[in-house]
Amino acid sequence: MALTRRALLGGSAAAAALGLAGCSGLTPGRDPGGTLDYWNLFGGGDGVRMTQMLDGYRATHPGIDLSAVTLAWGNPYYTKLSLATLGDKPPDVGIAHLTRAKTLISAGLLEELRPEDLARHGMQATNFSERPWQAGLVGGKAYAIPLDTHPFVMFYNTDVCAKAGLLDSSGALLPLDSPEKFTEAMRKAKDVTKGYGGVVAIDNDVATPWRIFQSLYAQLQGEVLADEGRKVVLDDAKGTQVLDFLQGLTKQNLVPGSIDYQGAIAVFANGQSGFYFQGEWEISTFQTAKLPFSMALFPNVFGGNRYAVQADSHTLVIPRRPGRDQAGLDRSLAFIRALLDQSKTWAEGGHVPAWVPLRDSPEYRAMTPQSNYAAAVEGASYDPEGWYSGSGSTYEIVMSAAIGSVLGNRSTPAAALSAMRSNLTSLAKTASPV
Amino acid sequence: MTAETAVRRTDASQTTEAPPREWGHGLPAAGFLTPFLLLYLLFIIGPALYGLTMSFFNTSAVKPGLNSFAGFGNYAEALQSSDFWSSLWHTFWFTILTTPPLIVLALVFALLADRVGRGRWFFRLAFFVPYILPSAVVALIWMWIYTPGLGLIEAALTKIGPTSPNWLGDPGWAMPSLAMTTLWWTLGFNFVLYLAGLQEIPRELYEASAMDGAGPWQQIRSITVPLLGRTTTLVAVLQVIASLKVFDQMYIMTSGGPDFATRSILQYVYDSGFTNFRIGYASAVSMLFFLVVLAVSALWFTLVRRGEKEL
Repeated sequence: MALTRRALLGGSAAAAALGLAGCSGLTPGRDPGGTLDYWNLFGGGDGVRMTQMLDGYRATHPGIDLSAVTLAWGNPYYTKLSLATLGDKPPDVGIAHLTRAKTLISAGLLEELRPEDLARHGMQATNFSERPWQAGLVGGKAYAIPLDTHPFVMFYNTDVCAKAGLLDSSGALLPLDSPEKFTEAMRKAKDVTKGYGGVVAIDNDVATPWRIFQSLYAQLQGEVLADEGRKVVLDDAKGTQVLDFLQGLTKQNLVPGSIDYQGAIAVFANGQSGFYFQGEWEISTFQTAKLPFSMALFPNVFGGNRYAVQADSHTLVIPRRPGRDQAGLDRSLAFIRALLDQSKTWAEGGHVPAWVPLRDSPEYRAMTPQSNYAAAVEGASYDPEGWYSGSGSTYEIVMSAAIGSVLGNRSTPAAALSAMRSNLTSLAKTASPV
Repeated sequence: MTAETAVRRTDASQTTEAPPREWGHGLPAAGFLTPFLLLYLLFIIGPALYGLTMSFFNTSAVKPGLNSFAGFGNYAEALQSSDFWSSLWHTFWFTILTTPPLIVLALVFALLADRVGRGRWFFRLAFFVPYILPSAVVALIWMWIYTPGLGLIEAALTKIGPTSPNWLGDPGWAMPSLAMTTLWWTLGFNFVLYLAGLQEIPRELYEASAMDGAGPWQQIRSITVPLLGRTTTLVAVLQVIASLKVFDQMYIMTSGGPDFATRSILQYVYDSGFTNFRIGYASAVSMLFFLVVLAVSALWFTLVRRGEKEL
């Protein structure tokens, strides 16, 4: 049948749109109109800020019908994004973690963003922090526009640290850049809180144990995967060093060995620990709790003069769709640019902006504690490449389970490393589906 | 899942007694059956054969075609994978936890509702209403009930005394909690089947037995339960199949966690096929699961049927 119902409906919608377009000639200076679908995975403070930014876009582009959808974080989000793209019904613009965008790119699900198209909207490589921009390139081509870098950081309770004598005369935290200094600081903080020195989420957490492990392991320049995930190159000596160090902290009860994500937040927010380790996005939680706190780079415990810390970036991507016209592409790119222009709102939520005009502005430098850890961008260590790797992926789940069991004193570092190796090897042996 | 099983349940209940065959009706019958058979071929047989084919290839969701030939590689990988076996066990564990209460309680409540004098419609409705709710709504209601710190159950338990476990967060409790939710949600369907069965029992039997001096308990034991045998067979077989197909509640309420303790075999298929793009491997796992369901149903059906004949 030549005339399907969908074609008929589409046709009448187009006819209606033409009619409207005729009318809109009466009000010059308006947007050309159209619809824009945008998918993201932001909850909590990030979700609130993203909504503000979308409202900002709606205010400046009243002619465009923006529909924004927030989906469950992690694997469910990427599954739906991939399936929608395979079914030729993707959103116009989506959020993807840089480490997950890599897999989407090799699966051929993302549109290449050509320099000339980006240039029409005032975007070029030099507008972005070098590290996230370079990390997102595949074969020298851009597919993902970085919005931020979100490193693993250290939160500290300023009252507790002052009482523990961990602040210098200007009120800044003394450096904790060695295993001894780090442990000593935890002990001093514990003496003040009578609870714990520091706290990090462990139980039922598929990412945080990996984040703290990777930060330290990357400082030792350890690698886990090579050859795009086809080879496991886990370094037992370095892994043992990191796991021994972390287990030492929980064994001495300086850090609780069994606590979940919300529990860890509660311990720090109630002043029962001096330090809290997590991604910078939890800033909003503690601001709301009116806690006297500040934030700093995750300490360079093992790195010497080379800094490294686990991080990822949120990027904006345009999923591939057959028959996308120039106008649709421009609408999507203009939307991306509009979000980048509101990087300040985003940065208030803790993320280090990738957009250079904001990053290099006095405005951002004056933003504390957010700008305290901006240097983390240079040392950002992204998850290794592999089809099963990236934020919230099977890789992080496997690693976090093994690391969590060491932190919880349920297994030895040697047993955990062998569990990691056997799980990763079976993933590495599996022929890549992308 | 619900609509589909409901349709199939009605089919099954009607085919239990085949009328004597009459020749000469073949052509019109074929004519009436054709639309259904076409849909059946298109949406059941066709995809099943395609799935069987894909299970022998390294088919990927994001690559065109079947990709390279894998032989029995996918099957071997599944049988050696601890994830496959543990998720298969989770599905069985769920079936074990849900099937007996869903049969026994449905019968008990149907008997009680049937004996109520006034307001019988209210009790029938009350037990059936949860069944018409979509899985997402049921999941949200029960997630609130189970929430640590704020949930209804915890609030009620702390008033009485015992400390409440973390219902959905503790690997040991998560599955029983999901079974509870399912019990509340799907009891209504078995309940209605039993109510219908009760209507079919001739009243005279009760009157006659009462004349002979049988009490209510004896009547239930010697008349109601045996005469409901056929309904019980149906309820039991359908319930086992429905429980083996569990997916929605777990996907929404626990996403298979904590520590994969509630990942059912169907979610394992979903994870492998759609999240990891490994359609070929996921097809192989589906085929293995199909064999398991087939075997379990056949075994279960023979057992219940035999029990029914002995009565």
